[in-house]
Amino acid sequence: MSANRPLCFQDLILRLHQFWSEKGCAILQPYDTELGAGTLSPHTTLRALGNKPWAAAYVQPCRRPSDGRYGENPNRLQHYYQYQVLLKPTPADSQQLLLDSYRAIGIDPEKHDIRFVEDDWENPTIGAWGLGWEVWCDGMEVSQFTYFQQVGGIPTVMPSTELTYGLERLAMYVQGVENVYDLDFNGKGLKYGDIFLRAERDYSRHNFELADTGMLLTHFNDAERESIRLAEAGIAQPAYDQCLKASHLFNLLDARGVISVSERASYIGRVRTLAKASCEAWLAGEEENS
Amino acid sequence: MAEMLLELFSEEIPAGMQSRAAEDLASALTKAFDGLAPRDIQTFFGARRIAASITLDHEIPARTVSERGPRESAPEKALAGFTRKHGVTPADLTLEDGFWVLNQNLDPVSAETRIADVVPEILWKFPWPKSMRWGAGSNFTWVRPLRRITCILDGRVVPFSLARDGDDAHGLRSSNLSEGHRFVAPGAFEVTSTSQWKDELETRSVIVDVDTRRDMIRTGIARLAAQQNISVVEDAGLVDEVAGLVEYPVPLLGHIGAAFMDLPAEVMQVSMRINQRYFALRTPEGKAAPFFAFVANLPFKDGGALTTAGNERVLSARFADARHFWDLDRKTPLADRVPALDAVTFHAKLGTQGARAQRISTLARHVAEAMGLTSQQADQAYRAGLLAKADLTTGMVGEFPELQGVMGGYYAAHDGEDSATAQAVAEHYMPRGLGDDTATAPVSVAVALADRLDLLAGFFAISETPTGSGDPYGLRRAALGVIRSIRDNALRLNLTDLFSKAAGERTGGELPRLPDFIAERLRVQLRSEGKRHDVLAATLAGGLDGDLVRLLARTDALSDMIQTENGRNLLAAAKRAANILRIEDKKDGPHTGQPDSTLYAQDEERALAKALDEAIVQTQQTLKEERFTDAMQAMAALRPVLDQFFEAVIVNAPEPEIRANRLRLLTKFRQTTALIADFGQIEG
Repeated sequence: MSANRPLCFQDLILRLHQFWSEKGCAILQPYDTELGAGTLSPHTTLRALGNKPWAAAYVQPCRRPSDGRYGENPNRLQHYYQYQVLLKPTPADSQQLLLDSYRAIGIDPEKHDIRFVEDDWENPTIGAWGLGWEVWCDGMEVSQFTYFQQVGGIPTVMPSTELTYGLERLAMYVQGVENVYDLDFNGKGLKYGDIFLRAERDYSRHNFELADTGMLLTHFNDAERESIRLAEAGIAQPAYDQCLKASHLFNLLDARGVISVSERASYIGRVRTLAKASCEAWLAGEEENS
Repeated sequence: MAEMLLELFSEEIPAGMQSRAAEDLASALTKAFDGLAPRDIQTFFGARRIAASITLDHEIPARTVSERGPRESAPEKALAGFTRKHGVTPADLTLEDGFWVLNQNLDPVSAETRIADVVPEILWKFPWPKSMRWGAGSNFTWVRPLRRITCILDGRVVPFSLARDGDDAHGLRSSNLSEGHRFVAPGAFEVTSTSQWKDELETRSVIVDVDTRRDMIRTGIARLAAQQNISVVEDAGLVDEVAGLVEYPVPLLGHIGAAFMDLPAEVMQVSMRINQRYFALRTPEGKAAPFFAFVANLPFKDGGALTTAGNERVLSARFADARHFWDLDRKTPLADRVPALDAVTFHAKLGTQGARAQRISTLARHVAEAMGLTSQQADQAYRAGLLAKADLTTGMVGEFPELQGVMGGYYAAHDGEDSATAQAVAEHYMPRGLGDDTATAPVSVAVALADRLDLLAGFFAISETPTGSGDPYGLRRAALGVIRSIRDNALRLNLTDLFSKAAGERTGGELPRLPDFIAERLRVQLRSEGKRHDVLAATLAGGLDGDLVRLLARTDALSDMIQTENGRNLLAAAKRAANILRIEDKKDGPHTGQPDSTLYAQDEERALAKALDEAIVQTQQTLKEERFTDAMQAMAALRPVLDQFFEAVIVNAPEPEIRANRLRLLTKFRQTTALIADFGQIEG
């Protein structure tokens, strides 16, 4: 960490944007539908397919309905931010790039204990897996590092490097803060909790207590039907949007506790089918255009 | 004689795969260098490299290799195939004993040539459990991207490339360059020999010998602990894993905040181990110490103050999470959680965890009664059975499944359940594995048995039984748990009866096979203890005795007996009788029925008949009284009369009636020995 005042939350993002912009990434804006992880954005999922090079970085708000803690847990949120980088094909110096980005935000790898700890990443709802690591800084997981091997059930012909930073956790580390709500957001007195605490309380009630499960189920079925129909029509990204909606609806149903263990697998399978069809439609379109 | 060093330098290799990979590398090289007399093999592995050093001859000498081809009479196609395969013409072949033979004089092959030939092939086909593609266009895979190949023979590079068939294999070529620690000493250095490589790596903060790293971790932590007058909780698995995560182990000690010291020691330890790979420490009284040990990957100029502070903060966050669950979980008594188990599926065909809790509860009472426990203890077993699975609905067990049972025990005690009940909830998963102890408190044992009997009976009833290496429901482990709980506590139980209680209304499926399954596990267990499994097979021949303690006592007595001289001879006589009967029974059917005393022609027959009658009475009596050693002695005492019988009597006498009578006498002898075991199963 630099001897200077630590970075506030928004400066952390700005520094990462600056760093990855200089490395040739397109700096994109968050995707406009609810996602469980930055990986699920079409900027990652769809672009990881096929053999066209791609480099992009973006912040993605993530929703994990069952991680809600009514604003009472200092480390867990049902809505948080990931910083996501996708580099295709995998650069030979992928690890070095990540370490340099740490320097850019004030973490000096010579003074801290940085470690690459095995983590085989898998996301069954989109039929994706890859090999890589959790990256630890002084025992804290600060990033996920994945070499994509398969997406949408399709092997990646040109593997990508995916880097994901958990922004709140990283900021807590950089700022030396024990509670996420105490994070300095803008360096001018605004705290993370000033913006998000109320929402965490309200969404926790929504996710666990109030969301209308009958309606969610109807929406899930609608999104599923629509996704299939659109994928058959060969329009990949709209089909994938509906798949993402179905995925989020499933997460809400899961948080409401109305999905039994045996049903879970079947729901995940249904979402995976949609993801696969969208990915296949995307790839077919890429091949037509090339 | 030449020394070869091969180092494969990559991005971080999963800790659990390193040692196996180094072994695989060594064995592949040994095999490939067959003609070079490979020796003095050393293997090295760590977070970023696997390596092997081997001494080889300088060359494979010139030699003649002959290969036999098709017969002279074979169709021409076969001959054409053979010549094409070897790139020769029929003129190069000679005829030997009706076969076409190719004799090839092979030139000497230098070690260098051989290395360059075989190493690329070995790397292309390397058996990583999981490997990956990277970059843009090569199909060469490795566990994580492979960055350097160091390959030297007596200090000189053995040049080769991994490219083949138009695939550039990421441009990977051998060189004499290696790399040290990522942060302390970035950049390459030249390698001239294995020992120079090791030394240079050490100066560049990489300890490439895993035993040295393990030792640095163990002794380093022990020294730090001793300074605080505390001790380390031994964890060899964790030492191994950490030794695979760091190239230069630097053990450090951090503090645990006082605010967390009331968390259960198991919670702290699991959170530290699973999430952080930290070592737990104990006070001289055996309580959790307010410290943790961790291992950094490089020496710091500040002595590790910054990284220690960072690790302390991370652990605080972890413990804050654990405290959240600990506080929240205790707000709902375990008993109130039982109904929630009705919503948790145990298995689609076996119903919910709620139904299972009810079954375990009822069965635990039966087991307690069968164990002869008091009615109060039987009630405790019933209660503990009901509560045993309730902690599956707690936040803590959701976070750390390995704490199931342990947390239930804490929560039950917190709820004011009586101590035997709480203890049984905590201990009913014991033994958790091979290295774990069995429960000894009677109520705990009753619930532990009920848990496993229900599991076994359920899955056997729906025919979900282990196949080959597949045992998704842990039924082998469950069976072993039953066996160990019974043996360790010397419980006199009738398993057959308990199986039928556990099966309840269920019938069919593979349930009838359950006793055989237990018997098989028992055989495997005894074999692993170095006992003679054939002796167990002999005592099991009549089917599983539901009383395992009795069965094992009988087996031990038999095992002792056949090691005495009388026993050995008895065994030999029994085999001889069995052989004769096998042959003669085949000719004219089994010779059953009592021998006719009027048909005895020799005294030795009469003596044997009399001795058998006595032995039968005595054996039956002693078996009934479970005096197994006496039973075996009664049997072994038959030896002299048997010896005399076989010495003096010709079984296959010319007179048919006398012959048949003698065979009936031998049958009776076999029936007598069958009272204690099937001698035919005993080897040797």
